[in-house]
Amino acid sequence: MTAPNEARPTSGSGNGIKLTLAWLAVGVPLLWGVVETLRKAMALFA
Amino acid sequence: MAGLLSKERTIAGPGFTRWLIPPCALATHLCIGQAYALSVFNLPMTRQLGVTHSIPGDWRLTELGWIFTIAIFVLGASAALFGKWVQAVGPRKSGFVAALCWGIGFLVGALGIKTHQLWLVYLGYGVIGGCGLGIGYITPVSTLISWFPDRRGMSTGMAIMGFGGGALIASPLSDFLMKHFSSPTSTGVVQTWVVLGIIYLVFMMGGAFGYRVPPDGWKPAGWVPPPEKAKTLITQHNVTPGDAVKTPQFWLLWVVLCLNVTAGIGVLGQASAMIQEMFKGRILPSAAAGFVGLLSIFNMGGRFGWASLSDKIGRKATYMCFFAIGTAMYALVPLTGKIGSPALFVACFCVIISMYGGGFATIPAYLSDVFGTKYVSAVHGRLLTAWSAAGVFGPVLVNYIRQFQIDHGIPKNQAYNITMYIMAVLLVIGFFANLVVKPVAERYHERTVPVGGPGDRRVTV
Repeated sequence: MTAPNEARPTSGSGNGIKLTLAWLAVGVPLLWGVVETLRKAMALFA
Repeated sequence: MAGLLSKERTIAGPGFTRWLIPPCALATHLCIGQAYALSVFNLPMTRQLGVTHSIPGDWRLTELGWIFTIAIFVLGASAALFGKWVQAVGPRKSGFVAALCWGIGFLVGALGIKTHQLWLVYLGYGVIGGCGLGIGYITPVSTLISWFPDRRGMSTGMAIMGFGGGALIASPLSDFLMKHFSSPTSTGVVQTWVVLGIIYLVFMMGGAFGYRVPPDGWKPAGWVPPPEKAKTLITQHNVTPGDAVKTPQFWLLWVVLCLNVTAGIGVLGQASAMIQEMFKGRILPSAAAGFVGLLSIFNMGGRFGWASLSDKIGRKATYMCFFAIGTAMYALVPLTGKIGSPALFVACFCVIISMYGGGFATIPAYLSDVFGTKYVSAVHGRLLTAWSAAGVFGPVLVNYIRQFQIDHGIPKNQAYNITMYIMAVLLVIGFFANLVVKPVAERYHERTVPVGGPGDRRVTV
């Protein structure tokens, strides 16, 4: 049930710092994993 | 604590951006995706007692293989069993429980390895961790679809991409930790499991406490739910999980997922051996390991890519692509061996594996189109039993047919040809199963009056 005074969240705005930190927290390990895997995969083309 | 975890406490406040939800979902899936990298522990665990080499009393590979099998079986079973509960309690509580199960599963497993009691490893990683896998897998699905009704495929694809990506992180991380902790008296596996358990517990808790659900009636700015037409699969109605399993659509989609997974999972397990046997002398073990790594990247990329594409072309058309292109690719594989082209072989399997991942990532959006958004986690949980079935069926098909061929004098480099043709036939069956999926009959719709689009408040009649 939405309270009459409850503002609707917007889809585009938000806390930029929170967003950056959240995406870095998952993006950095994922990127590291992809790079490490690609390095191993290079052996296929050697 | 119970209040802190309640669904009501997770309703997003003003100014909250929905783009904070995918990182939370990724935090969960990147952790549980470790399951795909479990094999890095296989060899070290066969010399837990001997350390440098296996001695009598050490575990055998066949015994260790059961850890993964149990975990994947429990994943499907717990997703089916707890799907309704996950839907009811919301993402924070279910994410919290998934984190506990996954973290504790590792710690109990580590205790089993330390005390050399395999049943404890089966219980820890397989059963407790398996529950974490199942609950964690379906936790973000409904929340993402509520936040992204306009991009259901992309949002769930992003989360499920994490499951594919989890192995890419876990594999080098586990290698690093085992090297760090190994000593003349230890393989380092126990310490590695403890550290992984703690890391995953903390990371998944972060994701669980970050989840927010949209307030009733929320929808993206400017987005209007597409009008429901008689011939489109996208419904504004909902079907309860109990009724969903009574529909032919559920079982057709079960077959669709099962066959798509069967075609990919058998290959994933045998990829290294297959490329070395088909191109004997030309592909060395190091290159074969590189091939497996490349497949993991396509598995992950396909999850995001194909699921995002499904938002544009529709779920049914996306699965048509999987089955049509997959059939052509499998039929082509024996030819790559015949003409001696590893490059073409690699290209075929990269496409096949991207569609294997794409199948997993597109199915939640397909289910929400067909059965509505309200119970999608619960319906998805029940459908994941198709994964459990394929997890047994796929590898058995590939391994046994290969062995049968070799036993009947077929050279090793041709031993996979029949399997490839069988896979192609399975995909043709999948094509027709997908083709006959029609909108769910009205009698299965939950008796509610839709007020607006998905996520809108509904009035029970």
